[in-house]
Amino acid sequence: MKIQIAGVGKTFGSGAPALGGIDLEIAEREFVCLLGPSGCGKSTLLNIVAGFLAPTTGRVLVDGSPVTAPGADRGVVFQEYVLFPWLSVAGNVEFGLKLKGLSRAERERTVARYLDLVGLGAHAAKFPTQLSGGMKQRVAIARALANSPSIILMDEPFGALDAQTREVLQDELSRIQRLEHKTIVFVTHSIREAVYLADRVVVMTSAPGRIKQIFEVKLGEVRDRFAPEFTEIESAITRTVKEEVAKVHE
Amino acid sequence: MIVRGLAFALILAVWAAVSYGNRAVEFTNPAIVPTPGEVGAVTVAALRDGTLVRNLVTSLVRVLEGFAIAAVAALALGGLAALSAPIRFMLEPVIEFVRPIPPLAFLPMFLVWFGLGETSKVAFIAYTTFFPMFVGVAASVLRVDVMLLRAAATLGATHADLLRRVVLPAALPGIIVALRLGFGLALFVIVGAEFMGADAGLGNLIMEGRTFFNPPQIVMGALVLGLLGSIVNALLLRLERRVLPS
Repeated sequence: MKIQIAGVGKTFGSGAPALGGIDLEIAEREFVCLLGPSGCGKSTLLNIVAGFLAPTTGRVLVDGSPVTAPGADRGVVFQEYVLFPWLSVAGNVEFGLKLKGLSRAERERTVARYLDLVGLGAHAAKFPTQLSGGMKQRVAIARALANSPSIILMDEPFGALDAQTREVLQDELSRIQRLEHKTIVFVTHSIREAVYLADRVVVMTSAPGRIKQIFEVKLGEVRDRFAPEFTEIESAITRTVKEEVAKVHE
Repeated sequence: MIVRGLAFALILAVWAAVSYGNRAVEFTNPAIVPTPGEVGAVTVAALRDGTLVRNLVTSLVRVLEGFAIAAVAALALGGLAALSAPIRFMLEPVIEFVRPIPPLAFLPMFLVWFGLGETSKVAFIAYTTFFPMFVGVAASVLRVDVMLLRAAATLGATHADLLRRVVLPAALPGIIVALRLGFGLALFVIVGAEFMGADAGLGNLIMEGRTFFNPPQIVMGALVLGLLGSIVNALLLRLERRVLPS
């Protein structure tokens, strides 16, 4: 197993637990979506896997070793992009490569390759402030991929984008995954997005966050959002999520 | 550019109207309302005999030395205070107690300690400009977005990488503003320091204008300080634009 999440719980301060014991194993090259109502702790879980937060109980193993801090083996794509504003598009993608001490020629080759992959080859010299939200997120994805992590953690990466841009980026991510074969953990509250992208969709309960149900999405690599099988899984997951949302409002 | 020129022309026109008008109607003693012509004549004379340049250089060297000492101290201590909570909790109360005391209140102490020579001026400028720069540097480093640090850490950054490649560039805009304010303040207080006991410098030149009743010389000193301040500010702004993209 690539990622083993064993009995992971998180309580902030003296409040109620945000995350109840989570057990989840994620295979190499698997695309897993964490889905659930706001406040169900899905981002908290992702932050624990990333190494930003320490769990209160349990532990996370990546390739068999416990996670204690962020590391280059786990790339992260954030909802708010978090590009380095003082660096150009190319400079942002190059950041991790410089830390690795790659030669200039190697860095330039890798930057060009990943900027082309996300369709930003022509914008290498621009600065983040000159880009739209969709373009910024493409840079963030290229930055994460260029560093060649085996795992990519994505925290509602398309949540701040308009609906059209969001679908375009879903298409691109799906295409990129067919080329790159990363292990991806993707947090979202869009059921459609989860069904479109994931091999498995993990639906979480709210307060404290626990795993309610796991859906396998056996729809092949290239998916059609309007196919009957797609809609079928989508509505099954929708019903499960609705029960949780209803609980929040009781 | 044209608008700026117009504003200056307008001020000059008002000054000329008031001073020459006063000379014509003798509303008050013309000797205490110098005209642009008088100030110009004094300036040309001071340029010819080298007193203006000599005094300007003297003040500027004091400002640069004092500012440099304070900037290094503010960068080091401000950075440390921002990065380490224990150091911050130790330094902040002391600095926040001393900072509100008007620096000029301590000027006589500096003269007692360091005498009338260069040391007292340089030390006084360093003391005065340290506080605002310390506060500015510490605040800019403290305000660096934790998300940027997280992003860099997931790309493999070590603690040293984070400092050099994230904290420094992210805090740089705020640091440059702090240095600019510090330098402006240095120009501000050098005059005061030179009033109280100096044998050279622009402040001394102005005080001499008062002692020997030469109002045009006072105005000349003030105008030169204004010019100096705006030139330095323009240079620092240009530096800021070069260091920071867009």
